[in-house]
Amino acid sequence: MIKVKVNGQQRDWDGDPDLPLLWYLRDEIGLTGTKFACGQALCGACTVIVDKQAVRACITSVSDVVNREITTIEGLHPTGDHAVQKAWRQVNVPQCGFCQAGQIMQAAALLMENPKPSHDQIREAMAGNICRCGCYQRIENAVHLASTGV
Amino acid sequence: MNIITNPDKLRGIERRVQVEKISRRGVLKGLGIAGGLVLAAPVMSRHAFAKYQTGAGQMPHGTVVDPRVFVAIASDGTVTIVAHRAEMGTGVRTSLPLIVAEEMEADWSRVKVQQAHGDEVKFGNQDTDGSRSTRHYLQPMREIGASARTMLETAAAKRWGVPAAEVKAVNHEVVHSATSRRLGFGELAADAAKESVPSVEGLKLKDPKNFRYLGKGQIGIVDLRDITIGTAQFGGDVTLPGTKYAVIARPPVTGGKLKSFDATAAMKVSGVEKVMEVQGWPWPSKFQPVGGVAVIARNTGAAIKGRDALKIVWDDGPNGKYESTAYRAQLEEAARKPGLVVRKEGDVDAALKGADKVIVGEYYLPHLAHVAMEPPVALANVKDGRCEIWAPVQSPGGTREDVAKTLGIPQENVTVNVTLLGGGFGRKSKCDFAIEAALLSKAIGAPVKVQWTREDDVRNGFLHTVSAERIEAGLDKSGKVVAWRHRSVAPSIASTFAPNALHQAPFELGMGLIDMPFEIANIQCENPEAAAHTRTGWFRAVSNIPRAFAVQSMVGELAHATNRDQKDMLLELIGSPRIVKLDSVKDPWNYGEPYESYPIDTARLRRVVEVVADKGGWGRAVPKGHGLGIAAHRSFVSYIATIVEVSVGEKGKLVVHRVDTAIDCGTFVNPERIESQIEGAAIMGLSLAKYGEITFKDGKVQQGNFDDFPVIRMDEAPRITHVHIVPADADAPPSGVGEPGVPPFAPALINAIFAATGKRIRALPIGKQLET
Repeated sequence: MIKVKVNGQQRDWDGDPDLPLLWYLRDEIGLTGTKFACGQALCGACTVIVDKQAVRACITSVSDVVNREITTIEGLHPTGDHAVQKAWRQVNVPQCGFCQAGQIMQAAALLMENPKPSHDQIREAMAGNICRCGCYQRIENAVHLASTGV
Repeated sequence: MNIITNPDKLRGIERRVQVEKISRRGVLKGLGIAGGLVLAAPVMSRHAFAKYQTGAGQMPHGTVVDPRVFVAIASDGTVTIVAHRAEMGTGVRTSLPLIVAEEMEADWSRVKVQQAHGDEVKFGNQDTDGSRSTRHYLQPMREIGASARTMLETAAAKRWGVPAAEVKAVNHEVVHSATSRRLGFGELAADAAKESVPSVEGLKLKDPKNFRYLGKGQIGIVDLRDITIGTAQFGGDVTLPGTKYAVIARPPVTGGKLKSFDATAAMKVSGVEKVMEVQGWPWPSKFQPVGGVAVIARNTGAAIKGRDALKIVWDDGPNGKYESTAYRAQLEEAARKPGLVVRKEGDVDAALKGADKVIVGEYYLPHLAHVAMEPPVALANVKDGRCEIWAPVQSPGGTREDVAKTLGIPQENVTVNVTLLGGGFGRKSKCDFAIEAALLSKAIGAPVKVQWTREDDVRNGFLHTVSAERIEAGLDKSGKVVAWRHRSVAPSIASTFAPNALHQAPFELGMGLIDMPFEIANIQCENPEAAAHTRTGWFRAVSNIPRAFAVQSMVGELAHATNRDQKDMLLELIGSPRIVKLDSVKDPWNYGEPYESYPIDTARLRRVVEVVADKGGWGRAVPKGHGLGIAAHRSFVSYIATIVEVSVGEKGKLVVHRVDTAIDCGTFVNPERIESQIEGAAIMGLSLAKYGEITFKDGKVQQGNFDDFPVIRMDEAPRITHVHIVPADADAPPSGVGEPGVPPFAPALINAIFAATGKRIRALPIGKQLET
């Protein structure tokens, strides 16, 4: 039995300890905001925050996150109004929207570590998150907006 | 009222709780919608007063403009508008309902959008493809909105006992200004539902100068908030009680078959419950599954681990020798020999022979994979002779037909719920993944969710075709182009439907080959044969990608050869403002549109070139090592021109500093979404130009994920993309937006690289070509 804490809620997992966190979240506890897109930590669609770090849930086992605080997009902010989420809406970032939960979690983690990133720092920090629709210009602007308020 | 129908019957991806909320309002008297009230025939005749004709009526099941199908009003005033097209990022789930809201004077903040399930008899054509939705539905959606508004106005006039002409719907209420009386839409709903649908001939459409939403400002997409908080429902996000999770090992070679498999190790994986063969269909068989071995488990992670443990022997079949290097040579050889003539004006052989100078360009573009961020995924529940599906499909109507046929049950017994699509780009117009889920659910008697991994997506998809393009341009002594021969060789998408399809279909020839707009006395377009060896399908902008690349690269080459500015060369080739005549073309496919409404109008092509040159600062001084490139292309009946500024640094490091694109898409609905589509098109264009290449060896795709099939990431994205929308008259026919931004990007980029370095790239992707 493994104890896992997701969005503040303590849970028990008695299945395969090597199960990728992504599938535990999506298929076992129904938190489907975290997305599957590559399975190899190449695209960032499954990004969650573990303690204060952005982590790719597709290559992280459930056993890797025992006694850690896991935050998914559903738990980022109680009313969905984290500065990054608000900025995303203000800038009309998404096209299809599929990668955006991962983008938002990555951006939130970035701002925890560096509250005032430059545009170049944003471009570098967000380069692990692919958006096939190509919303990058707006993502860059939204992260900047979230960090500065303007 | 229910002007229309019980939303419970319009089951889509709206979460059930929302549907219940609407139902509880207790005003949704069903109008017996099943069949009787839906206009059964395509309704071209209803467009008698239309300002322009489109090809909408020629699409399967045509259009339906019955407001009772698309609009429902609750007693609290909430207006529910049905979105019958699929949302894959273009904004259509917002834009089409917005048109209805505009025309019926609904307040957008009180509108809910409900996704239609697949039912083309009821909703009209639902195939979200070909950049057609706004083009085909702007007029019908306006009619729907105007009908609903008229019904509300009639109900109010009756209530007040005044002539209908004295009342007017304004912002979610109907007003009788003479007596200052007003009634909200909610208060009128029940009465309006009793009114008959007005005849289209009598409808009064709003004067475009009174539009509040159409063509204006910043309308956020309806799913914006849900997307940012993780509750938006994509294909894999729906689960039913008892759902089983499956992945499938599919034949690695197109046309291959399962010989044998050993599931012993797979069955030992924790969470794996069953391993079984999945039925496959011989190639080509349209969108039917290719078959393979399914691993069914308690979660997707276990299923993937189980699949890794399978031992499978495949019979590769006749495509087992497909190899990209050899095939490229074969295509290029074919392009050097005469092929089927598909357009002929003047005498190109004589003109080339008599030319002062002949410039030859040979261009090559490889296969591409769509790699939408959401790989194919579908949930199916087959039970008691019925099947319900939740899937990110571009064509729910087509999916319904194919699933019904495969399961051998009537279409009425199949419900296809359309989730949001995590990108489509043409891949999700093929419903093989939904059929797989249905087959597995039927086999095990439980709901099954089939998840494709990224590797499955790259290796078992319907790839963009591979193409060799060869252009010979003959110049006279003055440097004027007098001859143009373009040979285009590529396996056809028709090969997915029928064996031995060796020539491009009219819908492919019409994408940048036979519709080439240049004013040249001697033109010949040829299409030599090419056999397909893998599943080929539509990829955003389709054949326009290789054709625009070849044609617009040649413009750059001609500019260089004659020592002229690229833009001047381009405008000279486009020639005088005129409607291009394609008399010599047997089947001048025009994106399915009547030529009268959507001709090739070189004045419009010239204008986007001039607009982008003006706004994008063509000819501006750029730093050393930088270069500007330009390209223009008409596709999906829209006109686009793009300028790219690049620099090429040490070791060939390519930086895109600025992109400017001008688009003339006729009249438009939501400029904010046009901008986002064009910004995204620059990224997709850069991805395919810099990295895009799927290769085959021994019949198998050699790539599998974003490491070996890279796409552009943020650190390589253009520093800035400017979008310039050319204003159009409100009655100008609307044209495509989703796809046409892609084709001009790569040639503009390549022309810019040439300007920066003097190096002409003729084969994509760029890859390492700039390093040497």
